[in-house]
Order: sequence, then C-alpha cells, then structure tokens
Amino acid sequence: MSEKKQRLEIVTPQRKVFSEDVKFLVAPGTEGELGILPEHAPLITSLNIGIMRVQQDSDFIKVFISGGFMEVRNSKVTILAPSAERAEEIDVARAERAKQRAEDRLAAKHADLDVMRAELALKRALLRLRAVNG
Amino acid sequence: MASLRDLRRRIKSIKSTQQITKAMHAVAAAKMRRAQEAVQFARPYSNRLRGVLGRVAVASSGVRHPLLAVREPKKVAYIIVTADRGLCGGFNSNVIRRASQELKGVTAELSLVTLGRKSRDFFLRRGYNIPKQYVGLGDDIKYGTAKEVAAFVIEKYSVEEYDAVYLVYSQFVNVLVQKPVMIKLLPAEPPAGEEKEGDAKNVPYIFEPSAEAVLAELLPKYIENAIYQGMLESKAGEQSARMTAMDSATKNASEMIDSLTLSMNRARQAQITKEISEIVGGAAALE
Repeated sequence: MSEKKQRLEIVTPQRKVFSEDVKFLVAPGTEGELGILPEHAPLITSLNIGIMRVQQDSDFIKVFISGGFMEVRNSKVTILAPSAERAEEIDVARAERAKQRAEDRLAAKHADLDVMRAELALKRALLRLRAVNG
Repeated sequence: MASLRDLRRRIKSIKSTQQITKAMHAVAAAKMRRAQEAVQFARPYSNRLRGVLGRVAVASSGVRHPLLAVREPKKVAYIIVTADRGLCGGFNSNVIRRASQELKGVTAELSLVTLGRKSRDFFLRRGYNIPKQYVGLGDDIKYGTAKEVAAFVIEKYSVEEYDAVYLVYSQFVNVLVQKPVMIKLLPAEPPAGEEKEGDAKNVPYIFEPSAEAVLAELLPKYIENAIYQGMLESKAGEQSARMTAMDSATKNASEMIDSLTLSMNRARQAQITKEISEIVGGAAALE
C-alpha cells in the first residue's frame, strides 16, 4: 500500500470526533460501502447509519456514525454526522438500554407507535454494539 | 436623618442580597464557560455543513425543491429564541424588541414559534398566534429540540401553510456583547460558494446518489443546524449577560453598603457628641 495519506475529519453538531491523517477508509454510503484512498476524485454523498472502518497505520479502527454526509476533496475527507463515536468511546450500557427500549416498544405494538423511529433507534443501538464487539 | 437602627437593618439586608448576586455570578460564570464551549464545538459542523451545501447548490442549480420554492409571503412564521429566566440584564428585552420591530412591519398573517419562557410570555400577552412553544429548555441544549422545531416549520412550509420562516435570536459575539439578529430560514437560500479564487469552484464533484438527492437531504439538516446554532448562541449569551448583570449588581451593593456605613458612622458619632454635650451641659448647670 502506498504511503500517501489523507486527512479525515468527522464532525458532529456537538464536537469534532476525529481529525487525523489516515491511509484508507470505508464509509457506509447510501448506495453501498465506499472505500476512499488518498487522491480520490471529488465526491459528495449521503451516508447510512453504520460503522466506518479507518486504517491509520496497519490496523483498522471502527467508528460508529448515524448517517450524515461525506465530502471528499483534495485528499481531505469530511464527514458530517448527527452523531459519531469511536468504538472505544461507545457507552455500551447505554446502547444496551436503548436496544432494550426499542425492542420493548416494537414488541408492545401500541397503536400510536412510530415504528420507523423505533426501528431506527434499534438499528443505531445494534450497530453501536457491533462496533464495540467486532 | 434615618435612625441608627434603620441604617443597620438596611445594611444587613443589602449584604444578604449581595451574597445572592455573588453566588448567581459564580454560577452563571461556570455555566457560561460550558455554553461557550458548546458554541465553539458546534461551529466546525455548521461551517462545513454550509460549505457542502453551497457546493451542492452550485452543482444542482436549477433544481426545484419544495424548501427552495419562493412564494409571495402571505403567511409568515417567526421563531424567537430567548431565555427562560430573567435577571440577565437587557438580554431578553433586546431580542424581544428586535422581534417586535420586525413584526410591526409585517402585514402578512403571523405565526410565532417561541423558544424560552420570556418570549412566550411577552407575545402571548400581546395576543399573537403561537402554534408551538417551548419552555424550560434547560442549560443543556438538545439537538432533538432544534430538530423538532425544524420538522415543524418544514412541514408547515411544505404544505404551504407558511410562505416564509425567520429565526430571531441573540448572537453571542463575546462575553460583553450579544447582538440580536434575524435570519431567513425558509425559503432556504443556500450560501453562495465562498471559495477562494483558484480553488476551482466548479470541481466536477461526483454525487451519490445524485446532486438532487443529496440536496434534499442536506436542506433539512441545514435548517435544523441553524436553529440549533441559534439556541446555543442564545444560551451562551444569556449566561454571559447574567454574569455581567450579577457582577454589576454585586458592585452596586458594595457601593451602597459603603455609603450607608458612612452615614451610619456619622449618625453614631453625632449621637455620641450629643450625649457628651448633654452631660457637659448638665454638669455645667449643677455648678
């Protein structure tokens, strides 16, 4: 693999989650996973809820993102996400609770249940857990 | 001149008031630091979002999107952000004054969305139509609240119940200066590409799924973020305004205590002098 690097920035409305040089990254685009190497052509895409894989030296680290957008330009990758956490930052207990809550809500099947919202919440919780557990 | 006892009582009461203002000053200072940090952390996201939106808009110019549709403003909505509590100098009244000035000139049918108890109380008392209001927002601004407000106005705009939506809030310039500002949220006006020359404004971007689809997703986020940013700025401004107000209240209390202590001492001195001269006078009468 080449030694070229690209700058990856992941920002959320609350804070900057990530701002480092990386070799390679894989992001969950809405049309499928996208692998980005340095000097990628300019690109703007929307993202799905999912797990990003980022290679800094040789190991991949995982970052959970809950959708958003990605802009690639001049070997600079900017990800704008409503929320994002590195795998080690994820609050497992909270994700477990969120998962439980979403499952309960889906199981109870109230008439006024916002199914899509509950399913999204469940998806977020499951993916957070997956980012932690590999 | 007030009696010695009255003076003592007043000094005591001012002292306890001063203790309260001092405590409020300290609390506001701590909260302000947090709120200020939140504003600063949120800025990179807003700036980048605006940048991306600008570039997408350039690439997809000519695209029709319901949130871009310009209509004759017959029904206009204002989102007004203030604090929940007072005791922060002219902070709330400045925003409210700015909003009122704006509302006076509007001939269209008005609707208000109020964020914060102060704006709700003010405009409710004056009989404005307030279809949605939020009070008790707390010190931690939640993105969810901004999202809710955005969803509400976007929905109303899409079904043509509103023809324009504005946001009035207090911009946090620095600790001493908060500036009430008004921005237009809808119809959305994507920021023009604010690129440097030579940065190749027209880089042929690849869009996935398409420029239109990305734009359609970006616009609501942009509105949400504008409201969120407004709320954060307002919160930081509120805390710093309260801090300054409490600081000057504490100083004023000190001054009052000083001048009252002076008059108290004078009164005491006068009393002693009077007593001595009475004794001297009495002794002289006996001789």
